[in-house]
Amino acid sequence: MFEVAIGLGVILVLVILLLLFRVQSLLNVARGSDKKIESTSNKVNGALLLLFMIVSIIAFFWYSIAEFDNYTLPNASEHGVLTDRMFWVTTAITGVVFILANAALFYFAFRYQYKDSGKALFYPDNHKLEIAWTVIPAIVLTLLVGYGLKVWTQITNEPPEESEVVEVMGYQFAWKVRYPGKDGMLGGYDYRLIDPVNEFGVDFSDKASFDDFVPREIHVPKGKPVLLKIRARDVLHSVYLPHFRVKMDAVPGMPTRFWFIPTKSTEEMRQETGNPDFNYELACTEICGRGHFSMRLIMVVDEPEDYEKWYNSQEPWLTQNPTYLSKVPEKLQELAAVTTGINSKN
Amino acid sequence: MDQHIAETTGYHDAEWHAHGHHKESFVTKYIFSQDHKTIAKQFLITGIFWAFIGGILSSIFRLQLGYPDMSLEWLRPLLGGWITDAGKLDPEFYLALVTMHGTIMVFFVLTAGLSGTFANFLIPLQIGARDMASGFLNMLSYWFFFASSVVMLCSFFLKTGPAAGGWVVYPPLSALPQALQGSQGGMTLWLIAMALFIVSSLLGGINYITTIINLRTRGMTFARLPLTIWALFLTAVIGVLSFPVLFSAALLLIFDRSFGTSFYLSDIYIGGEALSNQGGSAILFQHLFWFLGHPEVYIVMLPGLGITSEIISTNSRKPIFGYRAMIGSLLGIAVLSFIVWAHHMFVTGMNPFLGSIFMILTLIIAVPSAVKVFNYLATMWKGNIRFTPGMLFSIGLVSFFISGGLTGIFLGNAAIDIPLHDTYFVVAHFHLVMASASFFGMLAGVYHWFPKMFGRMMDEKLGYIHFWLTFIGVYLVFFPMHYIGIAGFPRRYYSWTTFDVFNSFTDLNTFVTVAALITMVAQFLFLFNFFYSIFRGRVAPPNPWQSNTLEWTTPLHPGHGNWPGAIPTVYRWPYDYSKPGAEEDYIPQHIPYSQTMESNLPHENDLIALEKEEEDIVIDESSESH
Ligand code: HEM
Ligand SMILES: [Cu+2]
Ligand SMILES: [Cu+2]
Repeated sequence: MFEVAIGLGVILVLVILLLLFRVQSLLNVARGSDKKIESTSNKVNGALLLLFMIVSIIAFFWYSIAEFDNYTLPNASEHGVLTDRMFWVTTAITGVVFILANAALFYFAFRYQYKDSGKALFYPDNHKLEIAWTVIPAIVLTLLVGYGLKVWTQITNEPPEESEVVEVMGYQFAWKVRYPGKDGMLGGYDYRLIDPVNEFGVDFSDKASFDDFVPREIHVPKGKPVLLKIRARDVLHSVYLPHFRVKMDAVPGMPTRFWFIPTKSTEEMRQETGNPDFNYELACTEICGRGHFSMRLIMVVDEPEDYEKWYNSQEPWLTQNPTYLSKVPEKLQELAAVTTGINSKN
Repeated sequence: MDQHIAETTGYHDAEWHAHGHHKESFVTKYIFSQDHKTIAKQFLITGIFWAFIGGILSSIFRLQLGYPDMSLEWLRPLLGGWITDAGKLDPEFYLALVTMHGTIMVFFVLTAGLSGTFANFLIPLQIGARDMASGFLNMLSYWFFFASSVVMLCSFFLKTGPAAGGWVVYPPLSALPQALQGSQGGMTLWLIAMALFIVSSLLGGINYITTIINLRTRGMTFARLPLTIWALFLTAVIGVLSFPVLFSAALLLIFDRSFGTSFYLSDIYIGGEALSNQGGSAILFQHLFWFLGHPEVYIVMLPGLGITSEIISTNSRKPIFGYRAMIGSLLGIAVLSFIVWAHHMFVTGMNPFLGSIFMILTLIIAVPSAVKVFNYLATMWKGNIRFTPGMLFSIGLVSFFISGGLTGIFLGNAAIDIPLHDTYFVVAHFHLVMASASFFGMLAGVYHWFPKMFGRMMDEKLGYIHFWLTFIGVYLVFFPMHYIGIAGFPRRYYSWTTFDVFNSFTDLNTFVTVAALITMVAQFLFLFNFFYSIFRGRVAPPNPWQSNTLEWTTPLHPGHGNWPGAIPTVYRWPYDYSKPGAEEDYIPQHIPYSQTMESNLPHENDLIALEKEEEDIVIDESSESH
């Protein structure tokens, strides 16, 4: 019953609007105001354009300033300082153009609105002016490109030798990380060796794999270069560490990498943000299916000493999954037993 | 003049009569029509249909983003099983909505709906041709589009849903049915629909190019073409060169999906099983896709820029400033658009050196874009501006093009793109510069050429209300997304609450959703105005905007063949507005200099002699194909 009443009400309102519309347009024709060009609506539109510009420029500055801390994430990596700085330099330059060009647009619209007595200026071109506004943007953009190239090459340069290596693998719908262990070398892998337990497809005929360990969270040391070796197992994913300005796709069949230097430990960030529960998070930014929005992994940035301690306390994966010792070739069995601390029984 | 027509049109008259009088059935007149004007209307109405579908899809997913806790139970009659038992949108269906929204908007609305409408409608009318080079191919172009539409629409009714891997359909996600429900039947239909779409677009494009090159009326040199035609011409060229690449990308994807090849697939373990595919490259698809995809954004954008050049000049009562520079920048954009594609791939693991190259090329393309903006501003400066709805939407376009274009300078810079890539900053950027700007170009065009299309005027007041609600609405929807993007929110996220770092801005997201819904509702004003005016609008005067271009020299309801008599000869460029000395503030293109002695510039007086010579050449239209 209620729905019917609402429905009727809506129809009634629509009918009334329709009638008003019809009456208004007939009146216009009768008055002949539809033929006038210097009409009230021309003036109203002109004024509204100007008003729109003023109000929105004020709103833009107000929101950008008032909410600054909310929409800028604190930065926790060395290269992040560079990208952030470049972002703000670009914002400053484009911001000026944004305001001036829009202001000119709306101001001209208002200022030069139609007058019966007026006549437009016949002004088809002006080569000097055109050259100026081609060359000036070109110069500004060249400077921005130069600056950008410098930062970009710096970020994508070869990672330093001494980088801490972490392997990050994306799959539907989570991340797994693997560390090289004490030998500092990640064991080889092959996707055909993947099974529900050996999720990385680690190849245990490679002796570098014996001490690899697979923790539940990423840990990285503060102040040291960290090299993420990134891969995916099923579809594209993308490693995204918002606070570190790190982003790199994970591609099945094509390992990628990204290296960076964390500058603030989790503890320091908790203090800076005043949030005792703060954690760095790793998210996925490449659409990968149903659970794309939930691929969360916590990343902990430790002071170097703590990191060392944590690293050394981790148990090799093989130790936790001794059945996989059987995959180790005969002649490496002994080494595997020593590394994992398991006595193979035979 | 009159004498001239009488002398040379004996043949035309006869032909016109042949055209006008042979009996056309309803089917050949309105359905399988070969008249470019009817085909244009078919594209337009199909485009409007799709725009509403695309808009409604975005309203649904905006509800999810703005009101994550709201029960969507009331949508169950429409969406059935896609509403979970808890009354929420299914996360996978969310992705399907986003994907179909993007696909529909980019291809069906702003490529077919925009180019299809205005290229078909304006090319013959503005260059002075009786129809397209091939009316038959033109008709086919529409019907391929129609078939494509039907297939795409069908995919909504599959049990497994439509394609859901994003409008860019990156494999392996789109290639593996076990990765995503939408990659089952939905993706197959998506690929079929796109293949049909590409055929349609190629048939149309080739026709537009041929027509512009071959069928211009006497005197219509390239240097006298309206900028609309220049823009539509280059759009067609870009389309013809880039769509085949998408076709091949799609074909290889079909092979990978159905015939066990490994173009894009390698080293995949999914659903508890290691696939045998090896040696393929997922990145290859992205290169192929964006080789179309980037030019595609200009395919979407250029017609809008052409349309507004025309409308801004007409309604400012001033010549377009820097006509040649405008053509130059269109050409520059067209060429450069082919060599910037990999700016979408800075963080895909592509060689960083390539990234550097593409960053340089990308920022170069900003220069011609800037030139266009400055020229628009200079055109309005010291004008005598009439705010018709078409003009207001054109001003809106310029504003969006400025605001959205500038953020391209951020994203084109590889280093800044690292934090911003695939966040809402990108969504904000392309919705302003591409989506909203071209949409406004399309609306401006509809308001401006409606009188020519249907012989009646749309209601201006409703047009104003539509403009203001939409213009403010678009800014309120997309401007806040910049902040959300700077804060790092990733796109294509069903919900952000999983992450502490993205667990803010709930108010702003609600605000955006409210703005989006209001904007969406405002479009019904347009819908009403459009259909109402077709039947009941005020009858249009022959040249309602006092414009210079040729289409306004046709009768109110041009028949098949456009001009009842001879096609007018063109003597001047289309932008002689407010010429000093002239009585009226416009001189149409078909008025010879010999009739405007009072306003001719010195070098134009020299052309009068040439005019005489030209008029003596009798053109035998029977040798022209049409
Ligand atoms: C009714 C107004 C519109 C609203 C409210 C809207 C909103 C959105 C939002 C919020 C997204 C991101 C969704 C996500 O990443 O989860 C999106 C995606 C997209 N929109 Fe729109 N949009 C509108 C109109 C348009 C138009 C006119 C176009 C035409 C080009 C367009 C093209 C796209 C594309 C290409 C995507 C990306 C789809 C993907 O990620 O695969 N949108 N839209
Ligand atoms: Cu993902
Ligand atoms: Cu692009």
